[in-house]
Amino acid sequence: MTFRIGPRTNQIIAYSILLLMTLITVVVLFFIIGYVFKNGIGQLSLEFLTDKTRDMGKEGGILPSILGTFFVTIFAIIIATPLGVGSAVYLVEYTKGGLIHRIISFGADCLAGVPSIIFGLFGFIFFVIKLNLGWSIISGGLTLAVMIIPTIIRTTEEAIKAVPHSFREISYSLGGGKLDTILKVVLPTSLPGILTGVILGIGRAVGETAAVIFTAGSSLGIPTSAFSSTRTLAVHFYILAREGISMPKAYATATVLIIIILLVNFIAYRLMHRFMAKYY
Amino acid sequence: MIKVSIKNLNLFYNKVQALKNISLDIEKNEILGVIGPANSGKSSLLRAINRLSENDYARLSGTIILDDTDIFTIPINDLRRRVGLIFATPVVLPGSIHKNMSYGPKLHRRFKGSELDEIIFNALSAANLWKEVKDRLKDSASTLSGGQQQRLCIARTLAMDPEVIMMDEPCSGLDPISTAKIEATMFELKEKYTFILVTNNTKQAARVANKTAFFLAGELIEIDKTEKIFTNPADSRTDGYIRGKFG
Repeated sequence: MTFRIGPRTNQIIAYSILLLMTLITVVVLFFIIGYVFKNGIGQLSLEFLTDKTRDMGKEGGILPSILGTFFVTIFAIIIATPLGVGSAVYLVEYTKGGLIHRIISFGADCLAGVPSIIFGLFGFIFFVIKLNLGWSIISGGLTLAVMIIPTIIRTTEEAIKAVPHSFREISYSLGGGKLDTILKVVLPTSLPGILTGVILGIGRAVGETAAVIFTAGSSLGIPTSAFSSTRTLAVHFYILAREGISMPKAYATATVLIIIILLVNFIAYRLMHRFMAKYY
Repeated sequence: MIKVSIKNLNLFYNKVQALKNISLDIEKNEILGVIGPANSGKSSLLRAINRLSENDYARLSGTIILDDTDIFTIPINDLRRRVGLIFATPVVLPGSIHKNMSYGPKLHRRFKGSELDEIIFNALSAANLWKEVKDRLKDSASTLSGGQQQRLCIARTLAMDPEVIMMDEPCSGLDPISTAKIEATMFELKEKYTFILVTNNTKQAARVANKTAFFLAGELIEIDKTEKIFTNPADSRTDGYIRGKFG
């Protein structure tokens, strides 16, 4: 005699397993965020956000690191977005399925899988030393840009591929050329997808340590130009914790970092929804 | 006066021949109905006339003359402005009704002051859509019903100031009332434009077309006055198709 589970029980078991899996994922996420917040939120104050860092981070605030993170990330995004979007447009609209497409896609995928420390070393050797840019916001931003370009290419590619072929036909049939069609129909339609890629890129850039520690340096001064060395929040947190300078300050820094990433995501998705509501 | 003259047109997709030695003339200010079963080459004919078939990597031979000019000597953007195409499924571009209407005209020239709004008003009125959308031009075009979207597509084409309007089964997804509205629009517009209407609905051709052409497997079987095609066709295959014996 064989033992059979009825279809109803079957459903319940499947549902329970899936729910459990989801719960585990969410609980781990909330535990991490909660733990960091619990240890860090008490340290937060306006002074912590707006004061210079003193005594290697034992005292004072994290203003230089906030500014450093902001400038390095903005620089990276400004460089990476046009390059990534441009490459994706070229790949999808001009080389569709050809050998060039496959080679570049393969390259981009490989690039996405390279550990960030390798980007850090590359940036150090190429931008910092070879191009003599020194430890600076520029070096850090360029390194991060190289690192996040594959992400932007991939997401933009998918977004452009998702634009219905009929939209292009309409544009052509109204007398639009290829460039008109790309600029006025394809890109605006795929904007939400492209934005998702950019947000993912920002997330990676803001949270990155290995790639910037060798390229932007770890100076604690307030950055005065694009050639200033700076210490991003993630690097600051890493140094505070790694060298045992101050765990409370480390948690406080981590809390700020998490809040910034959450804010970036929240604002970007709100913008996207407003855009979508307006046009779709 | 002959508006479009097609001579010995052949069209291939790879090795498949979709149009076989087609020759036909389309008179100015008339509606030519094109009927035939699936895969008879009706859509390929339209896509050849505005050269959209080039995007499908199709190979063409033969000539298509628009007002004494070979279409292959007309700049492609200009040709597509003069020869509009309405697709079977209405496709509105993402964005407002106004944006859909201004997209085509803006590709071809710049406008001053209220010039563009006037064009949009005229086109929407001609497509019998103005009354329904005048207060919601800024709304997303996808909020319109299917029939309204198809009339928006017609208005969008009219805004280009075309000479020939080709329609590829424009009512295939629409209810009878929307269909009647579109047919009425075509009738009114016949004074100004030349129409080529591809339709799977033979009755629609009988209702609106001056002349009807019957296509079968890429060949033009016959073309004649609509009454003649529907009452006393020369070819038995035309008769069979109209009576619903095949296709």
